[in-house]
Amino acid sequence: MTDFSAFEPSKGGVVGQPVNRVDGHAKVTGQAQYAAEYALPNLTYAALKTSSIAKGRIKSIDPAAALREPGVLAVFTHENLPKMAQTPNTLAGKYAIYGMHMAFMPLTGNEIFYSAQPVAVVVADTFERATQAAALVQVTYEQARPVASYQSANAEVFDPNGQGYVFDLKKVVRGNPQASLAASAVQVKATYVHPINHHNPMEPGATIAHWEAPDRVTVYDSTQAVAMSQSSLATILGLPQEQVRVVTKFIGGGFGCKFNLWPHTVLATLAAKAVGRPVKLVLTRQQMFTSLGHREDQEQTITLGATKEGKLTTLIHEKTSTTSPWDIFAEPNGAILNWLYACPNYQSSHRVARANVMTSTYMRAPGESPGSVAIECGLDELAAKLNLDPLEIRLRNYANLDPGTGQPWSSKGLKECYARGAELFGWGKRNLQPGVTRDGRLLVGWGMATASYPVRPAQGRARVRLYADGHALVQTSATDLGTGTYTVITQVAADALGLPMANVRFELGDSTLPTAPASGSSVAAATVSSSVYLAIQDVWQRLTALAVRDSQSPLFKALPADVVREQDQLVLRTNPSKREKFSALLQRQGLADIEGVGNSKSGEGYEADQIAFDNKPGTKQTKRSMYSFGVHFCEVKVDPDLGTVHVTRWVSVMDGGRILNTKTARSQIIGGSIMGIGAALMEGTNRDEQYARYTNADLAGYHVPINADIPDMQVEFIDGHDPYVNAMGVKGIGEVAMVGTVAAVANAVYHATGKRVRSFPIVPSKVLGSDAV
Amino acid sequence: MDNNFFDKPSSNQPSDGSRRSFMKQAGGIVGLAMAPPFVAQAERLTAFSKTVAGVSPMQLKVNGTVRTIQAEPRVTLLDALREHLHLTGTKKGCDHGQCGACTVHVNGRRIVSCLTLAIMNQGKEITTIEGLARGSELHPLQEAFIKHDAFQCGYCTSGQIMSGVACVQEGHATTDNQCREWMSGNICRCGAYPNILAAVREVAGQQAKG
Repeated sequence: MTDFSAFEPSKGGVVGQPVNRVDGHAKVTGQAQYAAEYALPNLTYAALKTSSIAKGRIKSIDPAAALREPGVLAVFTHENLPKMAQTPNTLAGKYAIYGMHMAFMPLTGNEIFYSAQPVAVVVADTFERATQAAALVQVTYEQARPVASYQSANAEVFDPNGQGYVFDLKKVVRGNPQASLAASAVQVKATYVHPINHHNPMEPGATIAHWEAPDRVTVYDSTQAVAMSQSSLATILGLPQEQVRVVTKFIGGGFGCKFNLWPHTVLATLAAKAVGRPVKLVLTRQQMFTSLGHREDQEQTITLGATKEGKLTTLIHEKTSTTSPWDIFAEPNGAILNWLYACPNYQSSHRVARANVMTSTYMRAPGESPGSVAIECGLDELAAKLNLDPLEIRLRNYANLDPGTGQPWSSKGLKECYARGAELFGWGKRNLQPGVTRDGRLLVGWGMATASYPVRPAQGRARVRLYADGHALVQTSATDLGTGTYTVITQVAADALGLPMANVRFELGDSTLPTAPASGSSVAAATVSSSVYLAIQDVWQRLTALAVRDSQSPLFKALPADVVREQDQLVLRTNPSKREKFSALLQRQGLADIEGVGNSKSGEGYEADQIAFDNKPGTKQTKRSMYSFGVHFCEVKVDPDLGTVHVTRWVSVMDGGRILNTKTARSQIIGGSIMGIGAALMEGTNRDEQYARYTNADLAGYHVPINADIPDMQVEFIDGHDPYVNAMGVKGIGEVAMVGTVAAVANAVYHATGKRVRSFPIVPSKVLGSDAV
Repeated sequence: MDNNFFDKPSSNQPSDGSRRSFMKQAGGIVGLAMAPPFVAQAERLTAFSKTVAGVSPMQLKVNGTVRTIQAEPRVTLLDALREHLHLTGTKKGCDHGQCGACTVHVNGRRIVSCLTLAIMNQGKEITTIEGLARGSELHPLQEAFIKHDAFQCGYCTSGQIMSGVACVQEGHATTDNQCREWMSGNICRCGAYPNILAAVREVAGQQAKG
């Protein structure tokens, strides 16, 4: 078998084809099993009692009334919660439990840090009894004045000075931004304000914890990361990792909020051990606003300096946002400004204020999504000032090399995206003048924005078992959030094995399977497809080794390097009449099956691996910058009397490297765009300033887009693959789908009305109000 | 659970500030506001169950099969389906009638099953996502959902399909905009709306042609 390096599409193959989802049947018949849907014997139900204050202390907590309720098995408070081997409350603990995002575990003390912080867990034999009993736990508090947000009068805003968690939030300076700004012919400075956004996946956080032995537990959890949850839970519980199993066969959306392990999963697991029965804990929709993080409230100021021709000379970005009492966490908004456009002088800095709120977390394209509002709306404002077309100003600042590093791109199809998107949308017919295009009495606006997101480094493993009967089982611990993992991996395996898709079963979502990275940061499709592809190459290598030693095989004594694969056969390259089906080989060898494993790297590190593997003298790795790109075009119609904004047309053209399935990929782009339309026009979680408590924590108060908000949407992909990112050439599309979308809508609203609304969401009162300019 | 939920309006005042007293009072208020339908409901209930206090047997006809569960009268139809009958195709997204994930058909009409009690649905024809296909033959809208990729995570899908089937039957899927409006009680956070629309409109078109 020849050495492999990268996937090559086969003739008649299914990779890239718009095939239907392999889990489609299960999902349309209600058979797909989500975390809360395992009917275990003796199942019990847990409910949370949460704090009614945002800051202070529990003076007393009395479970007596709750315990008197029929069917109640236990009430856990900070006074009797079983001890954990490790908690994230200390710095050492937090690093030991690396999968837990928040450095605070509720029920470990009597202090209250945020509103709706869990203070008790009630376990009962039914859901109703647990819920009612939780309401009967009597708590008295000693209340202190909370801080609601960075905007509050009692907030202390500070520079984290590189102490940020996950993202270090260091000030970054390239060139001489202050001098270049002073010298620039044109300047634009604008501040954009964003409220808290909540992911609100349709499936709430849910856990069933089942202790199968005193020292062995299976946790069915709604998580994007079974392997990371497993190791984190094992550390918290003080168990060897292999004695903790995490299962997530189906997950009802995540968008980042189910990336990490959160306290409710730990509480359910501890409660289950204590009561000696399986415990199910499903968060209420209200609790979803205070249990799995959120996108922090923030404001960002961008200062652009440019020449009269619209060439950028300076980009300065400053962000201020709210963080929690324990963590310094903020999305790094400024990062995207460092690579998106050719600009010699750049600066990015962050400031935060601690408030009585849980730690914010990753939400679809954390950093890049809101950061793209600053640069994409800011550039739109600059274009307007110079009377330039918004697409033209982007072309004038097109970066042929990564401006942040000077490195070449691994691939960049952005120009093609611009051209195709503009053609599909009819952008050339746009009136440069804002506020003048009408459809009847409605104002019409066209906006656009660039999208980009990094190919994050990741690695993962997969195992492939090929049976002599022509079927295969493919396994990794990945999850499918609805992104299409089940389907695209089945496609890759089918092509690489030369089998029909129906003969391949892909199993995921179980920590006992080979470790895949968490589904997040757009690494799943890239890493999992590559590891499966490499595992299958391993299978073919092993088959080749068998064949050349088998005197009965037509390939007996062939050099392994001369053996290639065609469909499901091994073929001698120098004499293609010598060939053998793998099934015949396995049967003759008396083997029911053969197994291969693959470990893939994606992003930085992949190419170094390849060069080391090829071992060709003189080959030197060129460092390349790896990003997905794309563009979104949006049309809105604005009612000038009511201020309502309706998105009426949408075009996205994306460069995500190799697209494994154009049907599921299109759905992801549509989905990210719709989330962006939501953030632009309607989403925001509001807090009461005095009590630091959410005032709209449900789906009636927190508006997400509904069907009537969404027009027909056109999505295309720039065909291609990126040879430098991973074995499959996949760059990823889940995150980049949302980047730029908020700005595209906001820019369209400006074009319709001539007014810049810089505070999100752009609700009618702001469109009509005088605060816009 | 006490049996005051169906009480006539009373002047009960909370005496001890407990949740239970509040429920009693709330029950009174609801009783006042909704007296006629609730009385009729209570009459219907007595035909199946002599008592509505505590854990009681109740019979639910789901997907053509009558099944008996032991449950408290406060159990919603949604929780009866999911937790008692293990028909978990019907999803709980908000438990407040705000998201549509729990949509089922009761006597041919779409309802959110989190806003009705199981005991109130005795003697009615309840259809869930599990009952939509005829054996191995999928309902045309299930087929259309697969074809148009009208879902991603799949958690809202059961509700979308149950709503979509009813939407077509109601005659509310005759134009794109009408269909968008009448499908807007079902939230899809993955954002499959254009694909959901395509699926429902396709089936509406097929059925219009006969």
